[in-house]
Amino acid sequence: MKRTRVTQIVSGPDLDGFVRPGQGAGLIDVFRRRYLLSLLVRKEVQVRYRGSVLGWMWSYVKPITQFLVFFVALGVFLQLNGSIPNYPVYLFSGLVVINLFSEAFSNGTKSLVDNAPLIKKIYLPRELFPVSSTLVAFINFLPQAIVLAVVCVFTGWAPNLVQVLGIVLGVLIVVLLAMGLSLFFGSINVSFRDAQNFVELILLVATWASPVLYQWSMVDKILPDWLMVIYQLNPVTAAVELLHAGFWFPTTDAEVTMPPNLWFFGLCALITSSVLLVVGQLVFRRLERRFAQDL
Amino acid sequence: MAIIVTELSKTFLLRHTHSLKESVIAAVRRKPLSSSFNALDEVSFTINTGESVALLGFNGSGKSTLLKLISGVLRPDRGEVLTRGRVAGLIEVGAGFHPDLSGRENIYLNAAILGMSQKEIDSRFDDIVEFSEIAKFIDTEVKHYSSGMFLRLAFSVAIHTEVDILLVDEILSVGDEPFQRKCLAKIRQLHAEGRTLVVVSHDLGMVADLCDRGILIDKGRVVFDGESHEAVVRMRAQ
Ligand SMILES: Nc1ncnc2c1ncn2[C@@H]1O[C@H](COP(=O)(O)OP(=O)(O)OP(=O)(O)O)[C@@H](O)[C@H]1O
Ligand SMILES: [Mg+2]
Repeated sequence: MKRTRVTQIVSGPDLDGFVRPGQGAGLIDVFRRRYLLSLLVRKEVQVRYRGSVLGWMWSYVKPITQFLVFFVALGVFLQLNGSIPNYPVYLFSGLVVINLFSEAFSNGTKSLVDNAPLIKKIYLPRELFPVSSTLVAFINFLPQAIVLAVVCVFTGWAPNLVQVLGIVLGVLIVVLLAMGLSLFFGSINVSFRDAQNFVELILLVATWASPVLYQWSMVDKILPDWLMVIYQLNPVTAAVELLHAGFWFPTTDAEVTMPPNLWFFGLCALITSSVLLVVGQLVFRRLERRFAQDL
Repeated sequence: MAIIVTELSKTFLLRHTHSLKESVIAAVRRKPLSSSFNALDEVSFTINTGESVALLGFNGSGKSTLLKLISGVLRPDRGEVLTRGRVAGLIEVGAGFHPDLSGRENIYLNAAILGMSQKEIDSRFDDIVEFSEIAKFIDTEVKHYSSGMFLRLAFSVAIHTEVDILLVDEILSVGDEPFQRKCLAKIRQLHAEGRTLVVVSHDLGMVADLCDRGILIDKGRVVFDGESHEAVVRMRAQ
């Protein structure tokens, strides 16, 4: 058995080896109990499509339908297909980022409430639940990324190493961001279920607040410079553009321009996401002592 | 010593509001947002390693709350709980079970939740199944189990975790009589091996025989701490 349920060692002459139960080390404990984490993730993955005929096909059907709707409405009717080269790949490489973010963030926020019976009865590092939601979303993201890569290959995709690293950075940004925000909003959600509705609102805006359906240059033409900087400081925007740079840009004839300072904004986003993760963890730890009694 | 409880108090806030909106409205109208309730009040005792202790008291007296504080599920408001060694709370067996998973998958999940490593589960898996006596159904989804079978499996997992301090809340009533006897024998065996036991049960005769010491709790306060049969007599006299 792992000796991780309690970490704070109490000092004193005759109190050797005594600990205060219930005081864990947060995300570090999640790492220590990664076997349990892996089982929770596997359970979630197994259970999700239980009892459905299509099973895991649903994780292809959903994003493809979503893609088709946007493609017909924006690509065909609004004719973005003509102004943005290889628009299908552009659109899909942005959508996969948004899907990853949405699923991780919204399920992570609800994860504590969903696991209330467990939290109320057994002590375990509660960070496990938002973290496992994020990992499940990541696993769900993989088939979409594969579909995207296959489509890219057919349209002449030959990325260089830097572009591949950009993709990895983009995904890392989204994963860290979603985890930090889930810890923050998830712990508030225990006492105030308003949090999960608020998160749905954020996600509604997130799809449109980043250049997923349109191109950054369209925004650049209209927004003043300072507002454009703020627009680009949004970590989701940076992640979307990094995936554009990795998947879509190599399939065009380079007649398009990527936003300048992409790496700079990518690193800013990485820092922002990491800071938010730390803030999320701190807030989570403050509120955690009340989880078992408030749920 | 295994457990030290000093001047432990737990106060629950009974919130009257459940959304930001309600809170704001109540605050504007100067209505109380919550009222408080002392579930445990200045409780102190120490339990030695290898001791077996029955927590006695009527419904709502604070026994489960005390066990949850010892296991770390709840955190004290005042005072302190200290424990030494690995604590496993059989506060409600089967809390980590998922109806859509098979018995086998649930054993792994639940044992990991209770703190076992993969190796430990692998090595104890056969014992767990054997103890539960439901080997035939081990690959069936647990939603198709009868409630007794479900409890058998959950109890087997819990009782096979490696622990120093075993907290048992109201679960000896699981299953049919032969299984109950088997559970009791298993708990006695763990105690004989030197585990510390803290047991809550309303089966007064049974706990008094199982445990050497009884702590009687009434409305969150310790009113008696001594020999277990005497504690039962005191409780009945109340
Ligand atoms: N999370 C909570 N929020 C508010 N009140 C609570 C909470 N948990 C317990 N209580 C209250 O604390 C009191 C003690 O509850 P507890 O579950 O410890 O009783 P108990 O001694 O285990 O009773 P029983 O014999 O019925 O199991 C009860 O009045 C209960 O309503
Ligand atoms: Mg109880």
